[in-house]
Amino acid sequence: MATPTPRRPRLAVWKFASCDGCQLSLLDCEDELLAVAGAVEIAYFLEATRATAPGPYDVSLVEGSITTAHDLRRLKTIRRRSKVLVTIGACATSGGIQALKSMADAGDYVRAVYAHPAFIRTLDTSTPIADHVPVDYELRGCPIDRGQLLHVLTALIQGRQPRLPNYAACVECKRAGVVCVMVAKGEPCLGPVTQAGCGALCPRVGRGCYGCFGPAEGMNTAALAAHLQTSRDHGGAGLDSAETRHRFHLFNANAPGFREEGQRHG
Amino acid sequence: MGAGQPNSGGSGEPGPVRLLGDGVAALMAVLRAAGREVIGPTVRDGAIVLRPLKRPDDLPRGWHDRQEAGLYRLDWEDRPTRFAHAAPAQGWKRVLHPPEACVGTAYRGGIASSAEGADAGPDGPCWAAPEASPPLRAFFGVRPCDLAALSVLDGILANPAAGYHDPAYARRRRDTLVVAADCASPAATCFCAGMGTGPGVGDSGFDVALTELVEGDAAVYLARAGSPAGAALLEAVEHRPASDAERAAATDQTVRATKAQTRALPADPRAILARATEHRHWADVAARCLACGTCTLACPTCFCATVEDATSLDGVTAARTRRWSSCFTEAFSYIHGGAVRGTRGARYRQWITHKLSAWYDQFGTSGCVGCGRCVTWCPVGIDITAEVAALSETRPSHRRRGPARRPVDGSATPRRRKDDPPAP
Repeated sequence: MATPTPRRPRLAVWKFASCDGCQLSLLDCEDELLAVAGAVEIAYFLEATRATAPGPYDVSLVEGSITTAHDLRRLKTIRRRSKVLVTIGACATSGGIQALKSMADAGDYVRAVYAHPAFIRTLDTSTPIADHVPVDYELRGCPIDRGQLLHVLTALIQGRQPRLPNYAACVECKRAGVVCVMVAKGEPCLGPVTQAGCGALCPRVGRGCYGCFGPAEGMNTAALAAHLQTSRDHGGAGLDSAETRHRFHLFNANAPGFREEGQRHG
Repeated sequence: MGAGQPNSGGSGEPGPVRLLGDGVAALMAVLRAAGREVIGPTVRDGAIVLRPLKRPDDLPRGWHDRQEAGLYRLDWEDRPTRFAHAAPAQGWKRVLHPPEACVGTAYRGGIASSAEGADAGPDGPCWAAPEASPPLRAFFGVRPCDLAALSVLDGILANPAAGYHDPAYARRRRDTLVVAADCASPAATCFCAGMGTGPGVGDSGFDVALTELVEGDAAVYLARAGSPAGAALLEAVEHRPASDAERAAATDQTVRATKAQTRALPADPRAILARATEHRHWADVAARCLACGTCTLACPTCFCATVEDATSLDGVTAARTRRWSSCFTEAFSYIHGGAVRGTRGARYRQWITHKLSAWYDQFGTSGCVGCGRCVTWCPVGIDITAEVAALSETRPSHRRRGPARRPVDGSATPRRRKDDPPAP
C-alpha cells in the first residue's frame, strides 16, 4: 500500500545540555515507533542505537542547550551536515532550567554542585540553539509533545510544511472543554502567555500551566503577572513577588519575555 | 425536528402546564426512552458545564454559581433547585459546532470520502469521529441567553440561503430537541435583560420551556410547548393546567431576575463601535488584554474555525480537520507577508467591533446575547460592557502619528500596520 520512496530520509538525534527526556519522547511513540523507524533511516541516535553514520543528514533533531565551548563547535558541525534542523524541548529552544545560571554567578553553581570544581569547564551561560545556528523548526515543551514530534517528522518526510501553533494554551484548553483553573479555582496559570501544543496537559488535571512551552505570540506577561498577584477573592492567584518570579523563571527562564517578566519581580 | 420552529399552534395546550410529581425526571425519562442523548448542566471541575446527563441527579441540584469579571465560584446549599445558575461555562456551540471535527479524509489514489460528516475510513488520522448521522439529542435546561445564541448560530450556519451554510451543523440542529429553562438567578456578569434575550424564555426557539418554582422545600415545574414536538413531549408526562397563582409566580420570578441584573451594554453599541475605530481606549484595553482568545472561545456565538490538514506517516491518507479558531491569534489574520492584526489592541477591536457592530451588517443581528461568559472567563476580567461604555465616551481620537506601542514582551517594536490601533 505504501508508496516506495527512492531513499529514506536520514534522521539524526543530537544531545546537548539536557536530561534526554525529549529524545525519549521519540522512543515513547510506541504505536508509531516502528512506522517512524521504517519511514526514516536512523543515522545517529545514541539513545536508541550504538550504530552511527556520518552525515549529511536530512533531518536533525537537536535536544539541549549550549553550555560549553566544545558543544558550540559540535553544534556548528551538526548544522553544516544537516539539511533541516529541528530543536526539541525547552533546553534547545530557550536554554532550559539551566539557563538560571545565566542570571546568576555561574561559578557559585559550579562550586555548590561539584566536589572538584577545577575539572569543570563550562560557559557562564546556557543558551538556546537558535542563538548560534539557524534553526528550521522549534518544538517547545519540557518535554516536547510526541504528537507534535510525529506531526513534524511526518510533514518533513512528506515534504510538507509542519503546522505548529504559536497562540496561547488557552485556545487548546477551551477546545478541550477544560474549565479554566485560574478563573474557577484561583490556580496560578501561565496558559494565557504560553504557547499551545501540549493539548492543555496540566489544566486537564486541574493544575495551572507551568509555561513549559514558552512564550506565546502576542502575550502580555505584565498583565498576567499583575493578575497572578491579585488576591484569589478577586479572581487572581494570590502569588507574592518571589512566587511570580519563580513561575516565569522555570523551564523557560531565558526565553524573551519570560526572562524580563521574572526579573521585574526579582 | 421542530427545534427552532416557532409554535405552529394546533397541537398541545394553550397555556403553561404544571408538571406533576418530579416533572424534570419524567421529561428526561421520556427523552431518553425516545433514544435521545440528553445534554445539560452538571457540576464538574468546579463549574457548571454541559455534559451528557444519565439521570436527573446529574443536574446541579442545590448548586449556585457566583460569577464576576474574571471569577467563577460554586456554592452548594440544601435547596431543591436544579436551575439556580446562570450561563454554564460553555455554550451549546460545543455540541453543534464541535471544537474539532473531521471534515474528510483523502486516500492516495482518490478521495475515498470527503464532504462534511462522511466516514473517515478505517485508518485515517482523524481525531474526532465525524457524524454521518448525528445522534438524536435533547438540550436540557437551555438558558434564555443561550437560546438566543442558538438562534444567532442558526441564522449563520443553518441557513441554506447563505453562502456559509454548514450542512453538518444543520443536521445536528435538526436532530436536537430544545428544553429551555427560565433564568431565576442571574449572575453579576449577566446582561441578557438589556439585550432583550432573557431572563425569561421568549415565545420561540424552543420545543419546551420550563419554569422552576420553589414551593416549600420542593422544586416544581411549569412547562409550555414551543413546537409540535414539544407539545407531544409534554403529552407524555403527567401535568395539569397551571393555576393563575403559579403563572403569577413565574412572572414575578422573571421580573425579579430582570431587576437583579446590574450590568448592561450602553444603548446602541453598534453605533458606538462604528464610531470608535480610532479611539484612544484601544491602547488601554491592549495593556490589559492577554490575547489568549478565551472570550471568543467562551462566547456562545463565535463560530470561527480553521481547517488543518495532516498526512499519515506513509503518505497514504490525508485528514482534514476543522478546529475552533480565534481572532486573537496571529494566524487568524495571517496573509501573504504577515498578520494584518499584529497587536492585541487591533485584535480586541476586531472582535468587539464584529460582535457588536459589523455582525448586524453581516447577519442582521447582534453577535452578543448578554450571557456574560466573556466577562466571567476572561482570565483578567475584561468586561465588554465597561469597554463599550469607555468607548462611548467622547475623547479626542488619536491622530495617526507617533511610534507604535512598545510590546510588553520587550521584543523589537513591530512595524506599524494599517490596521493597528493608534498608539497611546
